[in-house]
Amino acid sequence: MNAYIDIILLALIVSNLLLLGFSQIRSCINAVAFQGVALGALPLLAAAGGVSVWAALLGAFTIGLKGVIFPRLLLHAYREADVRHEVEPYIGFTASTLAGFAALAVSAWLCSRLSLFGGDLSSLAAPVSFFMVFVGLFVIVSRKKAISQILGYLVMDNGMYVFGVVMLREMPLLVDLAVLMDAFAAVFVMGVAVYHINREFDHMNVDQLDRLKG
Amino acid sequence: MPPLSFINFVLALLVAPLLLGVINKTKAFFAGRTGQPLLQAYFDLWKLLHKGAVYSRTATWVFRAGPVVGLACVVLAAAIVPFGGSRAMIAFPCDLILLAYLFGVMRFFTVLAALDTGSSFEGMGASREVQFSALAEPALLLGLAAVARLTGSYSLSDMLPALSMSAPANSGPVVVLVAGALLVVFLVENARIPVDDPNTHLELTMIHEVMVLDHGGPDFAFILYGAALKLWVLGSLLAGVAVPVRTGNAALDCAAALGVMLCLAVLVGVVESSMARLRLLRVPRLLVGAVVLSGLAFVLLLR
Repeated sequence: MNAYIDIILLALIVSNLLLLGFSQIRSCINAVAFQGVALGALPLLAAAGGVSVWAALLGAFTIGLKGVIFPRLLLHAYREADVRHEVEPYIGFTASTLAGFAALAVSAWLCSRLSLFGGDLSSLAAPVSFFMVFVGLFVIVSRKKAISQILGYLVMDNGMYVFGVVMLREMPLLVDLAVLMDAFAAVFVMGVAVYHINREFDHMNVDQLDRLKG
Repeated sequence: MPPLSFINFVLALLVAPLLLGVINKTKAFFAGRTGQPLLQAYFDLWKLLHKGAVYSRTATWVFRAGPVVGLACVVLAAAIVPFGGSRAMIAFPCDLILLAYLFGVMRFFTVLAALDTGSSFEGMGASREVQFSALAEPALLLGLAAVARLTGSYSLSDMLPALSMSAPANSGPVVVLVAGALLVVFLVENARIPVDDPNTHLELTMIHEVMVLDHGGPDFAFILYGAALKLWVLGSLLAGVAVPVRTGNAALDCAAALGVMLCLAVLVGVVESSMARLRLLRVPRLLVGAVVLSGLAFVLLLR
């Protein structure tokens, strides 16, 4: 089981790096959708004592929400917004990828200093969850398009999900589902907001929002 | 020197051009053509070796030295890289650094010979080759460093045979990452498709082919053969990391490695048939991705 979890965590790392390196918004959304599907397999593999109904439910719910509904919502908002296709980063793609590498190195170092409880399933889990939170933050601050901010938020949420499922394992299903619902509401609201920002200002670049202040 | 490593070395020298044939056959299959014969590379070499060479009056000895030095370097590299679980002919601690430098010297002389012709066109190709290989080298060295750390030895002949399918669980992600990085290095260094297309002679996008345009006859045969051997050497490095088949029987291991090499050639053919060349400006991004992959493998081991 351990090896499979490692492979999924590895796929998460690679999809994060792709997210940092892609220049097309559509490809970024697909990378995050892939992350959602990979995350859905985690509860099944991490479940203590075989696959339980709850774990299967959580996995199915995760895949449905993070792998299908979120990407559809975002693609819809993206199509409606009808903007140029590029991500428009403040920090170039190559530098972003290197920053992602630095983030993983830092989080590996950080987790070796912390004595985290649990984590007997995979020694990779804690660094990867920290890494995803860092990457999410980085995407939020380094991209101009509002839709990238939503993607960054989703990646951060995915990082916490990894921590909850692989490190803690015993988190009650109700909490997990509630968090997923919160994320759903947040993404929904942000998708609507992006649409309105775009309709009002003819673009969705957040770097000009500060001109609004009176 | 064990006899098996000598046999492997001779095998590399003999079979390397066959890989080109397999790649071309795969591409022909995808395009629905019959394609050139499987042994076309051997026929080409034979034909070229019987021709005379023409040298420009402005070219110096550097132009004549380029192909010879390049071939010597890659033959030496073939003697360093182990094949199929047995030790290589030449093995000493830290020979992985010599491997990287041998490719460096080969590239240096190819570039010098290209610049020596005085053609601005060849200078352009030389500049691109140097730029891309400067980015590919860290990926190769970091990946090899990760494997060295994983296996605890610094000689290729100890590192690669020490890997096996039934390795400890924590080595799985590392091997996958290093294999991914080495695959990119393999494609870049051999001027294969996501980076360079060995078949087209479209002027503004050529990298490797443009540098050897002015060579002819035996010199060009040396270059072709050197390229085939380089494909073999980097391929056996990749195959040794990605698919380490260890049955215990040396002959079986060798046969398995040969099969993996042929599969790798088919894979290259599939990649070349199914994707287009990257835009030249995007190639550095791919290479930095490879550097990051092998860097990640290294970081995972440092924990």
